[in-house]
Amino acid sequence: MTILGLEIFLVLAGLGLGAMAVRVAMDRSHPRRAAAALFWGLLAICFAGGKHLPPAAVGLMVVVMAVLAGLRSVSPPAAKVDEGPDRGNEAAKLGNRLLVPVLLIPLCVIAGGYLLPSVSAGGWRLVAPAQATQVALGLACGLALLVALRFTRSGAPAALGAGARLVHAIGWALILPQLLASLGGLFAKAGVGEVVANTVGGALPLHLPLVAVVAYCAAMALFTIAMGNAFAAFPVVTLGIGIPFIVREHGGNPAIMGALGMLSGYCGTLVTPMAANFNLVPAILLGLRDRHAVIRAQAPMAAAIWIFNVVLMALCVYRF
Amino acid sequence: MIKLIGILIVAAGFALRLNPLLVVVAAGVATGLVAGLSLTEVLALLGTYFVENRFMTLPVLLMLPVVGLLERHGLQERVATLIRRSATATAGRVMFAYHALRAAASTVAVNIGTHASMVRPMIAPMAEGAAARRETPGEKGTAEIRAHAAAAENLGNFFADDILVAVGPVLLIKGVLDAAGVRADLLAIAWWGAPTALWVMFVGAWRYRALDRRLEGRGR
Repeated sequence: MTILGLEIFLVLAGLGLGAMAVRVAMDRSHPRRAAAALFWGLLAICFAGGKHLPPAAVGLMVVVMAVLAGLRSVSPPAAKVDEGPDRGNEAAKLGNRLLVPVLLIPLCVIAGGYLLPSVSAGGWRLVAPAQATQVALGLACGLALLVALRFTRSGAPAALGAGARLVHAIGWALILPQLLASLGGLFAKAGVGEVVANTVGGALPLHLPLVAVVAYCAAMALFTIAMGNAFAAFPVVTLGIGIPFIVREHGGNPAIMGALGMLSGYCGTLVTPMAANFNLVPAILLGLRDRHAVIRAQAPMAAAIWIFNVVLMALCVYRF
Repeated sequence: MIKLIGILIVAAGFALRLNPLLVVVAAGVATGLVAGLSLTEVLALLGTYFVENRFMTLPVLLMLPVVGLLERHGLQERVATLIRRSATATAGRVMFAYHALRAAASTVAVNIGTHASMVRPMIAPMAEGAAARRETPGEKGTAEIRAHAAAAENLGNFFADDILVAVGPVLLIKGVLDAAGVRADLLAIAWWGAPTALWVMFVGAWRYRALDRRLEGRGR
């Protein structure tokens, strides 16, 4: 039995989103008050109660949220004059204490990830080992928040308000990574991967060892671009092209193939909008007007890394 | 072949710049229906996966109150001031240092940062502060600095995955090979990631330096 699960933090996040929804609902100056409140309210329910609701009901709520986003209803509240304290003054006054909470988070996550799983008594565990890092992150954020509140002499509502402002700035894109992962699940269930692997396998002369290497690495990158996730691409491409041709037909080294194949997939991650949490959300989080600015910066890097992987695999996979 | 309709919808929808949430839901529903599932079954699967993947959104939600509060009290300004005092710092060097640190930690499967917890509050302001020491970057320059700061996080995160302590991706590779009846040594899989991890440091250094050059050139 475990005492502290991830579910507690999911419920807390749901309550925070719920508070945000209520605030939007009561904000008369909000341009799309009802629709925006509905979006954040539905998301709050998915977070706090998703585990206990019938899956089809959650699915329906997801569809409604997507439609609301498609109708451009999820807009931030009208700009307020209240900009809070003077930042320059505050920065000079608080100095390096401002950095403490930010640096506290990774330190606590590292310590917690090692220590939390070993805490147990009489058959009760504090956390499940598989969830240790994420629970540690939740605790670290809580601790950092307490320290930040103390240093800045603020109350919890100020922190919630500041967090909500950033959530509004991200908007509907907040749930895009989560939704894309769900799409990956549906693709897997429908057998999309097998179709792609068979199509590629049938079209190319994979009985040539070098062609097999290039095709495998290219398929890893392309499939990752389409799915947005190298982990989803790996089993499909490896079972469809890698193992039958590189390993079985040409006697290649499976460890080298697997490692470099996965790394070729990551090159695809660098250039696809489907990997929203790595490429699109950061662009929005950093206030970039061009949603694809991060992808554009990463494209030359991805090309250079992909070519290196292919050359290294071609040189080594049939030799070691 | 008809099962590929989802990929087609996503590609077309993203190209036409339709709302991504709507595109993704449409692609999922279409794929499920052509695979022979009923609408209720598709909705139930969508709901199940959405709930299972809540942990993807959770870190951002937990981080934002802390980051938002500190930013209101001048965190980014403070970070920029600190870096401006350093005579040798450039935007590119800040990114390379973060990339190297992030990669070094991730060889032992330790995650020291994300876009929300490190890049937005610390790395991007540091890089902007360093660039401003020489020549104030314009709007275009600032956008480029921020995009490269996000890239430094991604490069450091992806390519040095558990070379020393095998978790996550290495276990997935081993699992897939095992399931197909192919033997591979866990340590060999981890170690064959090392040459690429080193190469990525060079690639990063090359791009960050190119960014510094562009920023200097624009100032003159």
